[in-house]
Amino acid sequence: MKLLIKQGHIIDPANSIDGVHDIYIANGKIVAIGKKPDGFKATKTIDATDQIVIPGIVDLCTRLREPGQEYKGTIASETAAAAAGGITTVCVPPDTDPCIDTTAVAELIHQRATAAANCHVVTQAALTLGLDGEFLSEMATLKTQAHCVGVSNGLKPVENILVMRRAMEYAASCDMTVFLHAEDPGLSNNGCAHEGVMSTRLGLPAIPESAETAAVSRDLMLIEQTGVRAHFSHISSANALQMIAQAKQQGLPVSVDVSIHHLHLTDLDIGFFDSNCHVIPPLRSQRDKQGLQQGVKQNSIDALCSDHQPHCADAKLAPFSATEPGISGLETLLPLSLRLVDENILDLKALIQKLTVEPAKILGIDAGHLSVNTTADICIYNPATNWTVNAENFVSTGHNTPFADWELQGKVTHTLLDGKIVYQS
Amino acid sequence: MKQTDIQFDQNGLLRHFLTIDGLKRNVLVDILDTAENFATVGTQQVKKVPLLRGKTIVNLFFESSTRTRTTFELAAKRLSADVLNINIDTSSTSKGESLLDMLRNLEAMHCDMFVVRHHQSGAAHFIAQHVSPHISVINAGDGQHAHPTQAMLDMFTIRRHKQDFTKLRVAVIGDIMHSRVARSEIHALNTLGVPEIRVIAPNTLIPPATDSMGVHVYHDMEQGLKDVDVVMMLRLQRERMQGALLPSEHEYFETYGLTSEKLKLAKVDAIVMHPGPINRGVEIESAVADGPQSVILEQVTNGIAIRMAVMSMTLGRQTATEGKAT
Repeated sequence: MKLLIKQGHIIDPANSIDGVHDIYIANGKIVAIGKKPDGFKATKTIDATDQIVIPGIVDLCTRLREPGQEYKGTIASETAAAAAGGITTVCVPPDTDPCIDTTAVAELIHQRATAAANCHVVTQAALTLGLDGEFLSEMATLKTQAHCVGVSNGLKPVENILVMRRAMEYAASCDMTVFLHAEDPGLSNNGCAHEGVMSTRLGLPAIPESAETAAVSRDLMLIEQTGVRAHFSHISSANALQMIAQAKQQGLPVSVDVSIHHLHLTDLDIGFFDSNCHVIPPLRSQRDKQGLQQGVKQNSIDALCSDHQPHCADAKLAPFSATEPGISGLETLLPLSLRLVDENILDLKALIQKLTVEPAKILGIDAGHLSVNTTADICIYNPATNWTVNAENFVSTGHNTPFADWELQGKVTHTLLDGKIVYQS
Repeated sequence: MKQTDIQFDQNGLLRHFLTIDGLKRNVLVDILDTAENFATVGTQQVKKVPLLRGKTIVNLFFESSTRTRTTFELAAKRLSADVLNINIDTSSTSKGESLLDMLRNLEAMHCDMFVVRHHQSGAAHFIAQHVSPHISVINAGDGQHAHPTQAMLDMFTIRRHKQDFTKLRVAVIGDIMHSRVARSEIHALNTLGVPEIRVIAPNTLIPPATDSMGVHVYHDMEQGLKDVDVVMMLRLQRERMQGALLPSEHEYFETYGLTSEKLKLAKVDAIVMHPGPINRGVEIESAVADGPQSVILEQVTNGIAIRMAVMSMTLGRQTATEGKAT
């Protein structure tokens, strides 16, 4: 099959392309941009006039819920949701059930993702066996045999600092990136909302900012000592970000992402107990939101992510603290990110970079760019389409979103995976 | 906006009573005035008015309570409603039944009102959001969030002794952090125009953003009690010694317990209040609890009138609007 994407405005930060060109695709690969290759005869043409063409989005943290919680979502359903969001690679954290501490689980996920053929799926291996924070997982095996792209302990903090040190040392010798969820469980104390004005008014068990900063500070010291490459996932507080940015400036091998909802919402959005705003880490103060936006602007945040956590309706139908945290975020990641450009926080090129080539770099994979002779993973969106978020129309089985009724601009029209159209609106 | 509106029906009448937060002054005064009318019912020979005859009220208590449940029950009975008391062992949630399932089952029994006490903040809001349109919900205490009828009976008691809220200095003393009573009292006092509200406790019992609720924070009883008109004590839960919030009951009583000696710092005619049950010798000395300035038992009596007022306003509303329609 030979595909021509005609007259789209291509933005590919990795190759410094920003202009209207044609893209020629053959056998799943980009064969030329701009100039038509000799003898190319398109079997299908996508007219991308007035559309934006970008590399397929790479999402650093996506829960597909399979294996273990298929009632919330499956590899097939959630990768289809990724495709609808213009995402062509997702990274799955290890907290499936069973967790990814054996090659069998990783292989199962990869096989089913390949069968679904909606989106590339890469996996993180468990840092500790069973994510219990006691024994090391077989990281080297999980890397070489199951192709896990990094190690992480999911949302479960490793309480024993000695175990954390050893795990980092071992990961460093395996040349694996450690993905960190910064939370001190003693300080977060089973809380469910940011310690601030709202938790005080609503009487909700609170998670102080120090639950994040204390963990970041501990982990930074261990990163410095062990030399491991580390990535902080979904940082929520301005102070924690500042600590990481400083460490990065001093040459520590660290990177950081922020989930898109932390750039748009604060604890005030909880209102009177809106369980769709129950997320971990919690939505923080206005000051934190501004600090994170500033971080995006000043480039101290490397990537943006959906932190996709689909739930069935029941999970959110209870008093706030008894609900399960998380947002179904794949299908709103791109338009919510584009809103940052509208708000003059960063320019479109810098934004696309944080959604494509930067997260790919963090995962150590070859993706997120539109180079000739590489796999044609492409997202085409209409920047002018205005639409209102209605979870009922989500492809994801998770309808849990705090963005319902938000008016967003920009909608994916086509997603191409390996040169095949996997989504078309 | 739509979220605070949940307490009102489409005609702007009080349908649920979940929190004081967001209610206007006239609504609170309305409740106090209505309660004033009911205050004499208990002293009559026939302690009943026929306002809610034929209505069924369910006391849905997920957390044990004697005082609150009893006064709600009495209030309902004095309004001639039928009352069903359901005490739900918290372990039934471990049996797998969700709160919503339980609610649907009770709704199927054709009840008109749920009076809810639950250990999780937001439970009353959650229930109010999911009940059928004809059912009213009254919050009888949800987690650490709100206990609006307790706050209103406290306001009622204060008004009977002090008349003008706008000239008062009020101190709330004790475990603000875990107290739904304190949160509701602070909202009510602010809404009724009390110019100076103080909270007195160690930092471990005060949430960091407390000043955002419009109060002044004190750590010292001597300073905090000076010249106040109303002293509101809070109950100290024994389990606060765990979790490193306090060293001991002894030290707490020494620093924050209300003694006759410390009470002298307040105005001579200051009243002493406590939502009960009292821990004598922990947060309050017996001599003060039983002393001439204490209005603690009056609070209990007033609780019935306030609950009658809230029940009749929320449930009576339906009869009133139905009447209008015909």
